[in-house]
Amino acid sequence: MAEYETHEYEVLVIGAGGAGLRAAIEAAAAGVSVGLICKSLLGKAHTVMAEGGIAAALSNVDDRDNWKVHFTDTMRGGQYVNNWRMAELHAKEAPDRVRELEAWGALFDRTDDGRILQRNFGGHRYPRLAHVGDRTGLEMIRTLQDHGIHKGMAVHMECTVVTLLKDGPRVAGAFAYERERGRFKVFRAKAVILATGGVGRAFKITSNSWEGTGDGHSLAYHAGAELMDMEFVQFHPTGMVWPPSVRGLLVTEAVRGEGGVLKNSTGRRFMFDDIPDLYRAQTADNEDEGFRYTQGDTNARRPPELLTRDHVARCIMREVKAGRGSPHGGVFLDISWIKARLPNAEEHIRKKLPSMYHQFKQLADIDITKEPMEIGPTTHYIMGGVRVDGESQMSTVPGLFAAGECAAGINGANRLGGNSLSDLLVFGKRAGEYSAKFAREQKPPAIDARQVDDAAKRAVEPFERSAGNEGPFQVQFALQELMQDLVGIVRSEAEMRRALAGLEALKQRADRAGVAGHREFNTGWHAALDLRHLLTVSEAITRSALERKESRGGHFREDYPDKDPAAGTFNIVVRKNRDGGMDVVRTPIPPMPAALKAIIDEYK
Amino acid sequence: MPTTATFRIWRGNAQGGKFEDYATPVSEGMVVLDAVHQIQADQANDLAVRWNCKAGKCGSCSAEVNGQPRLMCMTRLNQLNLDEPVTVEPMRAFPSIKDLVTDVSWNFRVKKGIRPFKPRPPDAPDGTWRMQQADVERVQEFRKCIECFLCQDVCHVLRDHKQFDGFVGPRFLTYAAALEMHPLDEERRARELKTTHGIGYCNITKCCTKVCPESITITDNAIIPLKERVVDELYDPTVKLLRFFRRK
Repeated sequence: MAEYETHEYEVLVIGAGGAGLRAAIEAAAAGVSVGLICKSLLGKAHTVMAEGGIAAALSNVDDRDNWKVHFTDTMRGGQYVNNWRMAELHAKEAPDRVRELEAWGALFDRTDDGRILQRNFGGHRYPRLAHVGDRTGLEMIRTLQDHGIHKGMAVHMECTVVTLLKDGPRVAGAFAYERERGRFKVFRAKAVILATGGVGRAFKITSNSWEGTGDGHSLAYHAGAELMDMEFVQFHPTGMVWPPSVRGLLVTEAVRGEGGVLKNSTGRRFMFDDIPDLYRAQTADNEDEGFRYTQGDTNARRPPELLTRDHVARCIMREVKAGRGSPHGGVFLDISWIKARLPNAEEHIRKKLPSMYHQFKQLADIDITKEPMEIGPTTHYIMGGVRVDGESQMSTVPGLFAAGECAAGINGANRLGGNSLSDLLVFGKRAGEYSAKFAREQKPPAIDARQVDDAAKRAVEPFERSAGNEGPFQVQFALQELMQDLVGIVRSEAEMRRALAGLEALKQRADRAGVAGHREFNTGWHAALDLRHLLTVSEAITRSALERKESRGGHFREDYPDKDPAAGTFNIVVRKNRDGGMDVVRTPIPPMPAALKAIIDEYK
Repeated sequence: MPTTATFRIWRGNAQGGKFEDYATPVSEGMVVLDAVHQIQADQANDLAVRWNCKAGKCGSCSAEVNGQPRLMCMTRLNQLNLDEPVTVEPMRAFPSIKDLVTDVSWNFRVKKGIRPFKPRPPDAPDGTWRMQQADVERVQEFRKCIECFLCQDVCHVLRDHKQFDGFVGPRFLTYAAALEMHPLDEERRARELKTTHGIGYCNITKCCTKVCPESITITDNAIIPLKERVVDELYDPTVKLLRFFRRK
């Protein structure tokens, strides 16, 4: 093996968003040595974009709330294919994780009696989201960052993992490059936690940053772990649609939580036209009741704008396709109308939604206190990810853990808003705790020089090809177009077959992608190396979506538009076979214990 | 708006560099970062630039656009004169790494040197605290900070006088202010603010406040009250006298 800068930790955390930071803090607290790898600078991870809040049944605002209601809401939102054990742990532990953030310096908005304020959000029965205006994610990541840097972890910024290293069946570490100089680094670790976030960059219209290329999903898959629920991609109903350069940028659900309504070009509030049976009993049937709900009337039912994200996104698509869309291909989201109901509405909006006010004012010349926004669905989140044990977050590869968006289970077929930030905290902590425990029980793994040399050789190949061949960015754009068009919000067998063929062709193009220049901070080279991850997750999404011949949650098939009860009994799992191909298997969902079933019956 | 515009981008590294002109198509609603990305994808794959959220929330894409410290993702092209080349260069207060990317690691080291949050014991038996919204809001202003370091870039103590060893800069005075004014915090930082953090270097020219993309009133709301606190704690004659006796 050539000489590489080598680092050794008992626990290596890959990814420094909410889940990675929380995991690193917990592992460090357990007394093991911890390395934390960030793809960007520390504190810039995509968690900063989370706006609405952290879902936790603190019951500060409505004392009818408790973990059982939160659990039931999460399972209903996930259309009952969630890992019920994770949904249970999540609902039970989220309140403590939020209070812990406060003990570490987070400053949430307050109730009148000085406790943490909670707001309404789609799919949550009671006001449940602890928040800071509409910049909760920033508050969370900064709190974890500022707490974490004093806990003795070694932080490797602007460092990207190319491949995981194995020692027999177990994980042995990771092979990475640092962006600044382009030098390779070898990490040896007894346990590795993946906390790399999502895959949004596989689609053209997305709220995700350049980092969301499915690295953790792909690293785990190629290391022999299983990926589950990859067909379930969440298209957030409200992304910006204009101007073109910000298309896909997120508009927080909190706009609707604070009273914002969706209208089509005829001025109709179309969400009242299609309320699913599963939610009919909890949904307002008139505008007045819906508004009262958003203003804290505990006797009112929620407006249909706050139905689950999958449903709202499809309703918007339907309006657009029917020719009732807005000028730039979306629909209207209006918060300014609350002027008719509230004194000082403009100030109220600016105070409750400061980032949104700022974002529209600066990027679209729209004053949201005076006029409606134009919005449309945007790729936001993937429910699927590394298949993990619900308690420990360990994957099917010994020593390899996953937490946060890159892990599967908690969200089932659709994630409720606000459950992501709580997921990061609850399962980040668990991954940190159990990985430390695992690491303490293990001998250090051996690093296989051949694996390292192979990875290094593969990583520099783009420099050996002529840059005129094929540009890495062009391949990425083509992949994003393909996934958007053929495996997007509305799917069909024929289109997805075409997508598979297209992905195969893109693999060939990716193998020809060349870059010029040298290795120092060469973004073209980085894009070329990310292609493998994007291709892997795109194939996993497509194959899983082909296998699920029904519509459920974030997965909608126009050739199978209904939910099939028989398909509610299994998850779809993909894994790499001996020949390097992708196997797709149906895995039965273990039966839910009677006690949890009783809770769902009581609260649904 | 013209259909193409020229961007004069600084290409180079710590050893030196020069401006290079790139013409690229422009359209309504575009921001400077869009133009830089287009150039990167079509003409200069190896053009180094940091970015993440593209929504003014992560503070990665700081640069100097026509000489002004800005977030590239929040600088609309229709705010600029496109009849002339738009210059885009890295933050000049920090060492260059490559092209638009600078070495901002000093900031991360400085933060570690500031005493962390230390809360008072919980107010309620269940381990929670009570705080009023008004008290929280005062500090929330500082916690809006996205750590883009534009305030550091523009601060003459750092940019012109290179006082990186004796002054933490506006960003970290704001950070210290957020901790000092946190309703729960009990740590004392006045002595270090005066000594190692160098608060005395700030002569309140307010350049930092002017460039803050989050519109944090850095000088008036964070630094001046912090200066007053340092004076109160370290120069108050009564306290000094008490200290004198306590030491005996």
